[in-house]
Amino acid sequence: MSPKTLYDKIWDAHVAHEADDGTCLLYIDRHLVHEVTSPQAFEGLRMAGRKVRAPEKTIAVPDHNVPTTIDRASGVIENEESRIQVEALDRNARETGIHYYPVSDVRQGIVHIIGPEQGWTLPGMTIVCGDSHTATHGAFGALAHGIGTSEVEHVLATQTLIQRKGKNMKVEITGKLAPGVTAKDITLSVIGKTGTAGGTGYVIEYCGSAIRDLSMEGRMTVCNMAIEGGARAGLIAPDEKTLEYVMGRPHAPKGAQWEAAMAWWKTLYSDDDAHWDKVVTIAGEDIAPVVTWGTSPEDVLPITASVPAADSFVGGKVDAARRSLEYMGLTAGTPLNQIKIDTVFIGSCTNGRIEDLRAAAAILKGKKIKDGMRAMVVPGSGLVRAQAEEEGLADIFIEAGFEWRMAGCSMCLAMNPDQLSPGERCAATSNRNFEGRQGRGGRTHLMSPAMAAAAAVTGHLTDVRDLM
Amino acid sequence: MEKFDKLSGIAAPLDLINVDTDMIIPKQFLKTIKRSGLGVNLFDEMRYDDDRNEIPTFVLNKPQYRDAQILVAGDNFGCGSSREHAPWAIKDFGISCVLAPSFADIFYNNCFKNGILPIALPQEQIDVLMKDAEKGANARIEIDLGAQTITTSDGEVFTFDVDAFKKHCLMNGLDDIGLTMEKAAAIDTFESAAAQSRPWV
Repeated sequence: MSPKTLYDKIWDAHVAHEADDGTCLLYIDRHLVHEVTSPQAFEGLRMAGRKVRAPEKTIAVPDHNVPTTIDRASGVIENEESRIQVEALDRNARETGIHYYPVSDVRQGIVHIIGPEQGWTLPGMTIVCGDSHTATHGAFGALAHGIGTSEVEHVLATQTLIQRKGKNMKVEITGKLAPGVTAKDITLSVIGKTGTAGGTGYVIEYCGSAIRDLSMEGRMTVCNMAIEGGARAGLIAPDEKTLEYVMGRPHAPKGAQWEAAMAWWKTLYSDDDAHWDKVVTIAGEDIAPVVTWGTSPEDVLPITASVPAADSFVGGKVDAARRSLEYMGLTAGTPLNQIKIDTVFIGSCTNGRIEDLRAAAAILKGKKIKDGMRAMVVPGSGLVRAQAEEEGLADIFIEAGFEWRMAGCSMCLAMNPDQLSPGERCAATSNRNFEGRQGRGGRTHLMSPAMAAAAAVTGHLTDVRDLM
Repeated sequence: MEKFDKLSGIAAPLDLINVDTDMIIPKQFLKTIKRSGLGVNLFDEMRYDDDRNEIPTFVLNKPQYRDAQILVAGDNFGCGSSREHAPWAIKDFGISCVLAPSFADIFYNNCFKNGILPIALPQEQIDVLMKDAEKGANARIEIDLGAQTITTSDGEVFTFDVDAFKKHCLMNGLDDIGLTMEKAAAIDTFESAAAQSRPWV
């Protein structure tokens, strides 16, 4: 048998039909659904008189639009359009019999956080969702990627996707990370090196000792941003940490099925002599705590650097950088750690898990946020929130001056009332710094939770190592 | 789905790299539960000021490009989210073809589901087409999907690649779901076998 990558193995195990031209029907094991990209898909099914083929493999949760203020318990979403979308999901879930976690359920949260949390996400699966950050689930050695609404409808109706196989890309992070350097710094540094289109057409497998050393939470952060590097999916081979995380979760297999599953999962790794179409290697020791300075996730620099000049780039990037610097209100040569910020956002499917909150709280313990700073923590799920309260993290955030919110996507994409005003500058643990992403005219700097916490304390972008 | 065969139209030049889906359709317009009506909000934050007045310098607000059916853009067009609202907005505005050196995967795929033809071409050819588009309403670019050719207003012809299956679906306006359902037996067979080999799924 010819050697295979992890991606090859999962792909081969899910091809339900292959046409002569190589177009495949890929069987989908888990379909995650949220309120923003699904209403038109359910409507399409209804219009065509089609049914959801596998409701037991379909899991829905409202997350993008939901308010995260404490008073949402009253059950009323003030924004009418948001309310209509959430109500549409309520109705669609009820009518089709898919699994559903409504806003009132403590297990509600960001779709990519609750999938793993509830044990829906398992190694070797194919997982899709109408959301580009579906790549997150790749941390478990699952082939997971975002799809558009037409494909959501296609999966609802047929439990398959029409696909052509992508290429294999290996991203190896060797050695060890230095103190203060996190999974977020890895994933941003990779994008900084390969660019936002570097992974286009590829499925990335992240490997190497610095990846192995990461917790499951950290691995999810790394895979989450595969899409910002252009790759639809990112993968990490399952290991003991993966099994330990999965074992005992509500929807994980039990007993004899657990044993059978484990036997297969242990075969899920890239063979030594497998073929890679592209290889990128970075030494863990060379990765510093980083921030973004521009309006593309590839605009990454170590916190010790200065704002670059537009003409230091080449090609179309010169104009793009000029536009970014103007939008961001930054002058070339300004040290990054002197950039003052107004707002701190800790949360999102990138960094809204318990470990992220622990890392931020470790910096904030016994400290206060800078006067006039607006700072909020939005846990990734109701269960993350509950655990953080139990561990005393919530008290640390509240005493430091942070708002302690309910679970949702919140200010990552600002579809709910959590938004930046024009010109407002934010240290964010989310995944995109696009123009207007967090609110029209808002300026976003991406970084790790510890770095965001450090910025909240000092009032400017800060090297977290100075506070450790 | 609307068929795409040949198109002769005005092309709007948008000479920017990394045009992301938040630029194409900002999130406040994702709250709709319909697919139609998003054209007026295409490139909303670049197209209108805070008081909802048109920004006259933006390409689609210029008189010669208001009826553009083709968009010429920079590298990595459509990067960012999976929102199909992006191609919906483009199509609703009246644009059926986007030319760029490269596209983000999910956006590229979403275009074909909505009767839009995205064409990736080498940068040198995009440079020629960008210049052609800058001539405005007098310069019509012709796209022929069957022949896989693009003809500039000066008569220069470029050929392009497209996946044969995607081309077939686009030229015939085929519904993917209907096509897949014809293979229901293969899906049934796969599902039964998987229920044996991976019963925990």
